[in-house]
Amino acid sequence: MSASSKAPLERLPGAVRAGLLLGALALAAFPFIPMEGRDFYLQMLTQMMILAMFAMSLDLLQGVTGLVSLGHAAYFGLAGYALAFLTPSGEPISLWWSLPVAALGAALAALVIGFFVVRTQGIYFIMVTMAFAQMVFFLFFDNKALGGSDGIYVNFKPDAAIGGWAGIDLENKATFFYLTLAILIGMFLFLRRLLFSPFGRALAGIRANEHRMRAVGYGTYGYKLTVFTLAGGLAGVAGYLWAAQTGYVNPELMGFHMSAHAIMMVILGGMGNFAGAIVGAFAFEYTLHLFKDITKHWQLLMGSFIVLVVVFAPRGLLGLLVRDKEAAK
Amino acid sequence: MDLANFLIQLLNGLQYGLLLFMLAAGLTLIFGIMGVVNLAHGSFYMIGAYMAWSMSALFGNLFVAIVVGALLSVALGWALEWVLFRHFYHRDHLDQVLLTFGLIYIFEEARSLLWGDDVHAVQMPASLDWAIPLTDNLSYPVYRLVMAGICVLLALGLYLLISKTRLGMKFRAGAFNHDMTEALGINIRLIHGIVFALGVGLASVAGMIAAPISSVYPNMGSTVLIMCFVVVVIGGIGSVRGALVASLLVGLVDTFGKVLLPQVAGMLVYMLMAAVLLYKPEGLFKH
Amino acid sequence: MTTRRLVLSRSAAIIGAASSGLLLPEIVRAQSGKVRVGFMLPYTGTFAQLGVAIENGFRMALNEQGGKLGGREVEFFKVDDESNPAKGIENASRLVERDKVDVLVGTVHSGVQMGIHKVARDTGVLNLIPNAGVHIATRGQCAPNVFRTSFSNSQPTLALGKAMVERGHKKAVWITWNYAAGDEAFEGFEKSYTEAGGTIIKKLGLPFPNVEFQALLTEIASLKPDAVACFFAGGGAAKFLRDYAAAGLNKNIQLYGSGFLTEGVLDAAGDAANGVLTTMHYSDSLDTPANKKFRLDYAKTFKLQPDVYAVQGYDTGLLLVKGANAVKGDLSNKKALYAAMEGATIDSPRGKWSMSKSHNPVQDMYLRKVDNKENKVIGIAQKAVADPGTGCRMG
Repeated sequence: MSASSKAPLERLPGAVRAGLLLGALALAAFPFIPMEGRDFYLQMLTQMMILAMFAMSLDLLQGVTGLVSLGHAAYFGLAGYALAFLTPSGEPISLWWSLPVAALGAALAALVIGFFVVRTQGIYFIMVTMAFAQMVFFLFFDNKALGGSDGIYVNFKPDAAIGGWAGIDLENKATFFYLTLAILIGMFLFLRRLLFSPFGRALAGIRANEHRMRAVGYGTYGYKLTVFTLAGGLAGVAGYLWAAQTGYVNPELMGFHMSAHAIMMVILGGMGNFAGAIVGAFAFEYTLHLFKDITKHWQLLMGSFIVLVVVFAPRGLLGLLVRDKEAAK
Repeated sequence: MDLANFLIQLLNGLQYGLLLFMLAAGLTLIFGIMGVVNLAHGSFYMIGAYMAWSMSALFGNLFVAIVVGALLSVALGWALEWVLFRHFYHRDHLDQVLLTFGLIYIFEEARSLLWGDDVHAVQMPASLDWAIPLTDNLSYPVYRLVMAGICVLLALGLYLLISKTRLGMKFRAGAFNHDMTEALGINIRLIHGIVFALGVGLASVAGMIAAPISSVYPNMGSTVLIMCFVVVVIGGIGSVRGALVASLLVGLVDTFGKVLLPQVAGMLVYMLMAAVLLYKPEGLFKH
Repeated sequence: MTTRRLVLSRSAAIIGAASSGLLLPEIVRAQSGKVRVGFMLPYTGTFAQLGVAIENGFRMALNEQGGKLGGREVEFFKVDDESNPAKGIENASRLVERDKVDVLVGTVHSGVQMGIHKVARDTGVLNLIPNAGVHIATRGQCAPNVFRTSFSNSQPTLALGKAMVERGHKKAVWITWNYAAGDEAFEGFEKSYTEAGGTIIKKLGLPFPNVEFQALLTEIASLKPDAVACFFAGGGAAKFLRDYAAAGLNKNIQLYGSGFLTEGVLDAAGDAANGVLTTMHYSDSLDTPANKKFRLDYAKTFKLQPDVYAVQGYDTGLLLVKGANAVKGDLSNKKALYAAMEGATIDSPRGKWSMSKSHNPVQDMYLRKVDNKENKVIGIAQKAVADPGTGCRMG
C-alpha cells in the first residue's frame, strides 16, 4: 500500500489565507501586549514557530511528495549540534555564516542518508528512515567526544553583526522572536512558491502515482532525493534556531519521539499545503501544554486526542474547518 | 576468543534471536497480511509481562498464568481489531503510525494506573530454575534453553499453519490480493481478526515467557519494539521465514558486536539493516 | 452561510478558547505572598516512582515545620519532565518564567538536569537538585544558586575501590551502560581502585538501555577476574542481578556495584542479589535514631517504605528550611540565603552531611551487603567522600 492517496488541500481557500494573515499579524503584535510572564510566552511562541518550520519541512516530504519519514528529526538535531560544535566556549559565532553552514550540513546528511533510503518504498521507507535516525542518535549518544548522552551547551546565542554594524541582539527574547517569525514567513512563502512550481508539481505527481510519473519520463529517484535533501536542509534551519534559542542540544533532538511528534503535527494540521503544518504545530504544542497542566495522567489525554484526530479528522484541522466548502461543491 | 567461548556466544545470540522472532513473527504477519503498521506492538509485549506478574501471583503457577494470559491477549487482540484497527486498513500508513503511536501513550498510562510504576519480579517455575554448567565458572540457565525451545516450536507451528493448512492458505491469499480473496467468498474480515489476534497473542506470550528473566518494568516495550521493526524490515515484510532468519541474524550481530566492537555496538544492527536494504530493498525474503 | 464567515467564526472561537486557557493560570496565580516551590520531576515513565518519592520526602520535611518556610506559607507548582532532555529547558522555563517559582526542585535524570541547569544559570533561580548526579552541575558549571543534596555520579564508586582491594579482589572487570552516568561512575571507580592497588583488567559496556547481558557475562567468565564492579539502575539492574546469578557467576566472582544496583530492585531480583556488595550514601537498614524516625514517619504518612530518593527529597526540604529560616522567609535575600545553605549541616537519615565548596554533599559512603532482600550496612566504606569539584570557580 502506498502513502496518502487522498487529494490534499493544496489551494488554500480565501478564508484560510485570511486566517493566516491574521495569525501573522497577531504574532507580530504579541511582544507589545503587556502581560505577566511575557518572556515565558515569547519563548513558548518562538519554540512553536520553530516547530512549525520543522513541521513544514516534513510536510514537503510527506504531504507533498508522499514520503513518510520516521527519522526526520535526525537533520533537525544535526544542525543543532553543528551550532553547538561551531560555537566556541568564550564567545558567540556569527549568525550569517553559521546558519547556512548548519543547514547545509543537515542537507548533506540528508543527501547521504537519502541515497540509501530513497530507493525503498512504502513501509520500508518508513522503517529505514527510522533506522538511520536511530543510527545517528546512537552515534551521538554513545560517544563522549560528541557530547554523549548528556548533550552540549551552546554558550552564546549567535551574533548578528555584519562588518561594523553591531546588528540585532539575539539575546533579547523579542528580537529573537521576530527573527524566527521572519524566517517562518519566508520559509512558508518559499514553500508555497515551490509547491506550484514545475518541481513541486512533479513531486505532487509522484505522490499521486509514481509509476505513472516514471512512465511519462520523470526520473523519480532524482526528484525524491532532491526533495529529501531539501527537506533535510529546511529541518536543519529549524534545528539551528532551536539550539540557538534553548542553548542546549542533546541526542533526544534526533530521536524517535521527536520524529513522531513532527509527523503528528503535520497530520493534525492537514497535509500538503504547509499552512496545515503551521496550524498543526501550534495546536499540538498548545494541547500538550494544556494537558500537562491539567493532570498527571496527561499521557492518557494525549493518546486519546491523537486517536480521536486520526479517526474523526483524517484531513487534519484545516480539513475540518473547510469541510463545508467541499460539501458545497 | 577461544572455541568454547565462541560457541557459548553463538548460543547466546541464537537464544536472543529466537525471542525476538516471537515478537517479530506477529508484527510481520500483521504487516504482511493486513498492511497495518503497528507501533504499539511493544506495548503488547509489556502487557504480557505485567499480566504474567499479576496472574502468576494470583494462580501461584506460571504455566497457568501463561495459558490464561495467552487467551486474554488473543481476546484483547480480537477486540482491538474489531473496534479500532478494522477501520484503518484502507487508510494510509501515516494514519496507522499516528493511531498506534497514540495507543502507546494510552497503554503506558493504563499500565501505570493498573499496575503502578515499580520494577517487579516474576517467579520462575521451580522445575526450570536451575543451570547447566558450561565452563568452570559459567553456567547456562535451563529456563533460557526452554524459552528458546518454545520459540522453535512456535516457529514450526507457524510454518505448518501458514503453508500446510487451509487457514494459512487464506492468510497468504489475503496478503497477496485482498479484494480478490474477498470476491472468492472468503471471509476476509474473519481472517484479519484472526491474524491480528494471533499477532497480539504472540507478542504478549513473548512478554510472558521472557518476564522471569527480564523482570517487569515501565517502558520495557520501547527498546524491544525498535529491534522488532529492524528484524521485520531485514527479513522482508510478511515473511515469517524472513523474520526467523533476520531475528537470528540480529541476535548474533548484537551479541558478537557487544563483545568485539563495543564502540559501535549501538549502531551495528542499524548498519546491518542499511546493508541488507542496499542489496535487497525489500528485505531478504519476499512472502 | 458563507464559508469565509464560517471559517472565521470557528477560528475565532478556537482562538478565544485557547487564549483563555493560556491565560487562565495567570488569572489564578495573582500575587499571594506565599513562597512558590516548583517541582520538576518525572511523574510518568521509568522514573515515576523516584519523582513521587522525592516529592513525598520534601513535603515531609516541610510539614515538620508546619508546612511553612521561614514562617511563610508555601504553594506548590509541578511539571512532569518525562525524563525527556529535549524538553528540559522548556519545562524548567515554565516553572521559572510563567509560574515564577522562588525555588526549583529538580530533577532525577541527568540529561534533563542539563536543561534545568541552563535555565538556573540564566535566570538565577534557586535550584535544588534532589537526585541527578551529573558532574558538571557541581564542577565546571557550578553556580551559587545551584545546590545538590544527593550525590555526584562518581561519589559512590569513589568509595568502592578500597573496599574491594581490602577484600583481596585485586583484578576486576568493570561493566556498565555506555552513557554519561556510566562514564562518570567509572571515573570514581577507576580512581579509587587503581589508587588502592587494584587492576582493571577490562572495561565492558553496552548501549543504553540494552539489557541483553548474556554476551558480556560470557566475556566476564572467560576473563576470570576476582570481582566485577558495575553501575546499573532500575529495571536493568534487576535483570543484571538475575542474569549474573543465573549464569552462575556469583559463585566465584564477587559482584560489587554503585549502590543503585540494589536500590528499589531487591524485590524483583530476589535471591539472585544475595551477597552483592555495594557502596552508597544511604541504606534502608541504617541503624540510627534519625533514620529509624524518618522511616517510621514516612511509612505512617505515605503508607509506603521510603528509599534513598525519599531521603534525598527530605534532605532537600531540610536544606531549604535551614536557608529560609536564616533569612526569615525572605528568599530574595540571596546572599544570606546561599550562605546559610552553604554552611548548613543537615541531620539527615543518612547521617550528618554538609556542602562542599562546589555545592555537593560531603558525606559518608556505606558498604552494604544484600541479605534476604535488604541492603544491610556492614560498615563505612569511606568517610566524608567529597566530589573534587574540578573546574568550579566558586569559593
